[in-house]
Amino acid sequence: MIKPIIHCDRLSVELGGVKVLEGLTLAVCEGDFLGLVGPNGGGKTTLLRVILGLEKHSAGRITVFGGLPGSSPGRIGYVPQRLFFDREFPISVHDLVLMGRLSKKKLFQRYNRVDRERVDEAICTTGLERLIERRIGDLSGGELQRVLIARALAGEPELLLLDEPTASIDPQMKTTIYDLIEKLKESLTIVLVTHDTSLISRYVTKIATLNVTLDMLEPDKTSCREDLTAPVLQNSSFPNH
Amino acid sequence: MLQEIFAYEFMRNALLAAMLSSVACGIIGTYVVVKKIGFISGGIAHTAFGGIGLGYYLGINPLLGVIPFSLAAALAIGMLSKKAKVAEDTAIGTFWAVGMAIGVICIGLKPGYAPDLFSYLFGNILTVPSFDLWMIMLLDLLIIAVVWLLSKEFLAISFDEEYAAVSGLKTTALYLLMLCLIALTIVVMVRVVGIVMVIALLTIPAAIARMLSRSLLGMMIQAVAFSAVFSICGLWLSCLLDIASGATIILVAGFSFLMAHAWRLVSVYLKAR
Repeated sequence: MIKPIIHCDRLSVELGGVKVLEGLTLAVCEGDFLGLVGPNGGGKTTLLRVILGLEKHSAGRITVFGGLPGSSPGRIGYVPQRLFFDREFPISVHDLVLMGRLSKKKLFQRYNRVDRERVDEAICTTGLERLIERRIGDLSGGELQRVLIARALAGEPELLLLDEPTASIDPQMKTTIYDLIEKLKESLTIVLVTHDTSLISRYVTKIATLNVTLDMLEPDKTSCREDLTAPVLQNSSFPNH
Repeated sequence: MLQEIFAYEFMRNALLAAMLSSVACGIIGTYVVVKKIGFISGGIAHTAFGGIGLGYYLGINPLLGVIPFSLAAALAIGMLSKKAKVAEDTAIGTFWAVGMAIGVICIGLKPGYAPDLFSYLFGNILTVPSFDLWMIMLLDLLIIAVVWLLSKEFLAISFDEEYAAVSGLKTTALYLLMLCLIALTIVVMVRVVGIVMVIALLTIPAAIARMLSRSLLGMMIQAVAFSAVFSICGLWLSCLLDIASGATIILVAGFSFLMAHAWRLVSVYLKAR
């Protein structure tokens, strides 16, 4: 039986009194590659933030790896879209990718040989070997995007959340990024948020549009959908909060 | 000149104070600069004046009054802006002025003239007593220990707080701890440059170091070195010209900052040609 990794049941989210997501029911199963498309402000990023536990939902129910969002940080890799950090920050590609190991470490624990090996693997997968000592301020947009993917991979995630990984990079680089994601699809469950409807249809196994409400474009053929219906109905009296 | 400097105990103490305070200043200043929390640091420093006033009123070493006061200010400003949804600059501005007001009232309540008050506002490195040197050293060791233990966590929250939260870090607690370390650094710096000017010495050495470094550790080491050079040069110039030491140190740092940026502009221009 395929286990659901993310399970949303009539999930609603309000941000500052505005309904951003409403009545969203969705299951992402092991091995899925879900593409989420939709207009700006359609709630794509918000959904990822709720899955990560960065944003609270206002109604409905969501479980990630069977628990509350945010309770299993070591199993999720996140590639954010907006670059919150400062490009002038004095940090090398290697040290940024090493930060991906953070979720595997305890407080006060220092990075060790295993962590550095995982970093080397992630750097190899993303083809960044030549840039390893480069300061991040000297990278191009596409290179930086690959560094962020490497950071997520270094944490050995089971689920990878990608938010607009191809925004603001040139078309050639886009294909490179998608080829990389295609490679990752073999071993990971992926949720990809994007504008590029034309490009992603080649790669994803499921596609949904998100504009406050969710619309599955391709019928969900996996068995986990059926598995889920039973517990969902049983929990229909789950209190809203 | 050099022999003269080492002949007097107050000069030896001044040099020691300059070097010891540079350690805390360079390490913590690095976080202040990369996390862009200079204004918060200024707020904590000015709020700390309340602690000096209180210490003066109670007749204890004012630095002992500053430690709890600045720690409380750091926690309060941090919690207000993180939890209570008060705009950060409003929280800072309020504490900034209220802290100074408490200081002024406490000093006014104590009868008599407060002669060394000026030195807390603007620093006087020439009057640092041995007790304060020991305290500065102790605070240095504490800061180094905490930063060493939490280096990966502090790097993560400085670089990308959201990703740190996603990785399961208690970002608010770590941020508050960081503000507390800033508060302790300010206590260290009060003797050297005083409350009003502490923010310049906290940010300028680290800002120059950032232009030259590719890791946080490298930036810290360079910032410590710059801070020590500025303090010692400022001290030397102030003796030579018989002017206020704290202000001279700040002017040396500020001038170097301008020079560093001018040099960068020139090198960019030359490269473009």
